[in-house]
Amino acid sequence: MLRMLLRRLFLGAITVWIVSVIIFAGVEVLPGDACTAFLEREAKGKLLENCREAQGLNRPAVERYIEWASGAVRGDFGVSANGQKSISELVGNRLRNSLLLAICALGVGVPLAIFLGVVTGLRRDKPVDLFFSTAAVFAMTIPEFVSATVLILVFSVWLGWLPGIVLTSAGAPASEFFPEILLPVIVLAMVMTAHILRMVRSSVIEVMAGDYIQMAILKGVPYWRIVFRHALPNALLPAINVVALTIAWLLGGVVVIEVVFNYPGLGRMMIDAISDRDLPVVQAIALIVATVYVGVNLTADLMTMFLNPRLRTHALRGS
Amino acid sequence: MTEITATRTENTRLQRIGAVLRDVMARPSGAIGLTLVVLHLVLAIVSPWIVPYDYKAMDSLQMLKPPSGAHWLGTDHLGRDVLTRTLMGGREALLVTGIATPIAVIWGGFVGIFFGLVGGRLDEVLMRVVDAFLSLPWILKMLVLIVTFGTGIEVLIPTLAFFYGIPVIRIARAATHDVVARDFVSAARARGHGRITIIRRELLPNVLDTLMVEGAMRWSWMLLAFSSLSFLGFGVSPPTPDWGLMIADGRGLMSFAPWGVLAPVVALSSLIIGINLTADALAKALGIDRAQKAPV
Repeated sequence: MLRMLLRRLFLGAITVWIVSVIIFAGVEVLPGDACTAFLEREAKGKLLENCREAQGLNRPAVERYIEWASGAVRGDFGVSANGQKSISELVGNRLRNSLLLAICALGVGVPLAIFLGVVTGLRRDKPVDLFFSTAAVFAMTIPEFVSATVLILVFSVWLGWLPGIVLTSAGAPASEFFPEILLPVIVLAMVMTAHILRMVRSSVIEVMAGDYIQMAILKGVPYWRIVFRHALPNALLPAINVVALTIAWLLGGVVVIEVVFNYPGLGRMMIDAISDRDLPVVQAIALIVATVYVGVNLTADLMTMFLNPRLRTHALRGS
Repeated sequence: MTEITATRTENTRLQRIGAVLRDVMARPSGAIGLTLVVLHLVLAIVSPWIVPYDYKAMDSLQMLKPPSGAHWLGTDHLGRDVLTRTLMGGREALLVTGIATPIAVIWGGFVGIFFGLVGGRLDEVLMRVVDAFLSLPWILKMLVLIVTFGTGIEVLIPTLAFFYGIPVIRIARAATHDVVARDFVSAARARGHGRITIIRRELLPNVLDTLMVEGAMRWSWMLLAFSSLSFLGFGVSPPTPDWGLMIADGRGLMSFAPWGVLAPVVALSSLIIGINLTADALAKALGIDRAQKAPV
């Protein structure tokens, strides 16, 4: 068990390391560096040389990678190309805002998805299932900026119920984001609910068709007891991985939603940094998001392993 | 003798395609989905000849006009006909994704099958690199390349094809692992066939179904990515009509002129939903469970 755990942690760490190499190498290989971006494209000659000297860009790439990576491990990502501000400070608030958005969306989406998934799974092919399954296809396939635009049009422009844009500044306390955060949360929760619902539904259907459930029915166990005691613990296990993937998607893929709603999160900062070619900031955000992605998936894998008796014994036997 | 067998397999293959197509059309989702997709493809091809106006013709006297007899879906902030621009707004997206999707599936599929068959240390390393690429948000990877090299289709097609092929590697590899342990692959090995022959004759036919469904899904995700990029201003450049760009342009004027946003919204949504419904029906017709697919 412990060996399995260590192996998974090691693989996760390796993945993060490869990501850091890809990010660093990517920026190296692409034409232009922090200095050409900072001094505009015409930068040539002495000015460029001085800038490179000051930024330490003349040193070998391996040396700079080690310096960058060891800084990143300590939470120090250096300074931004525009304005020379500490990246850790710039990113801090934005990361908190994105997390706030993600947690609100998860708080709404996960319970709703599990509830609807179980209901549609148990009532397979009945009207309630057809309705929510169709709605889920719509919610997960329509691009986020489209559903966001439609929701703003309906709830903000026509009905005037909710604010359609976030005007709170990045550093404001979390409570000030309400009620502006509600529409972005609804859009995110919609997509998330759809994905998790489909997973839970198919897994409930599969479990309910199992022999031990048939056995329980024949034995005369009350229906609700079958559902809650026998079926759900098994049916919800695969949902953990989908929730993990959704969390990862929330942190990286909300870029478009943050732009639509003008939400001061990590995603919008990323777009701004890419447009400004502020490469140190892009590198930092990429590494943070990738680390979160790996971490969340790792947690989900380990949780599934601990909660699934079969995998548990398998792991025990393996070690 | 050999010729007879060859024509027979040819026949069954055609029959199978026919049977799968009939199965797809027999399902409500497949019938609706395929109809939507075909409709969009036909419109994308014929739209330049059937649209009522020039897509870039501006008319300062007809700005933000509501739907009328002259302009069925109204006009935008530059007085351009919304119907014309909506009908033509999918051409660029379908062209780019239509070329990039097959490339992505083919290269990702081959790499996945090859390493699924070979396995070993190299396979282990490759999977870590694939994981690393997947852990970076798609929009970051694409935007960095687009900002560096420009937004033309000569940049967008290879970029989309490259990044959307990476998840295909994983799917193809997993599907190959399911097949590789079977007896007919061992038999082919025992007969002394090389890797290429085994891939072509034993693995590919068995993995093809999975790749087809995967391709359909990649297509819809790619369209989503493409229109999102246009929406953010990194895709199609004006005045070329594009749904994502039209939604971005019309958003600020939504309270006065909602038709400018709703028309491209309906067009884009119907295409993406059509592809997804088709993919769903195709997966069911081929007997591949797609419910466990992750939102990558």
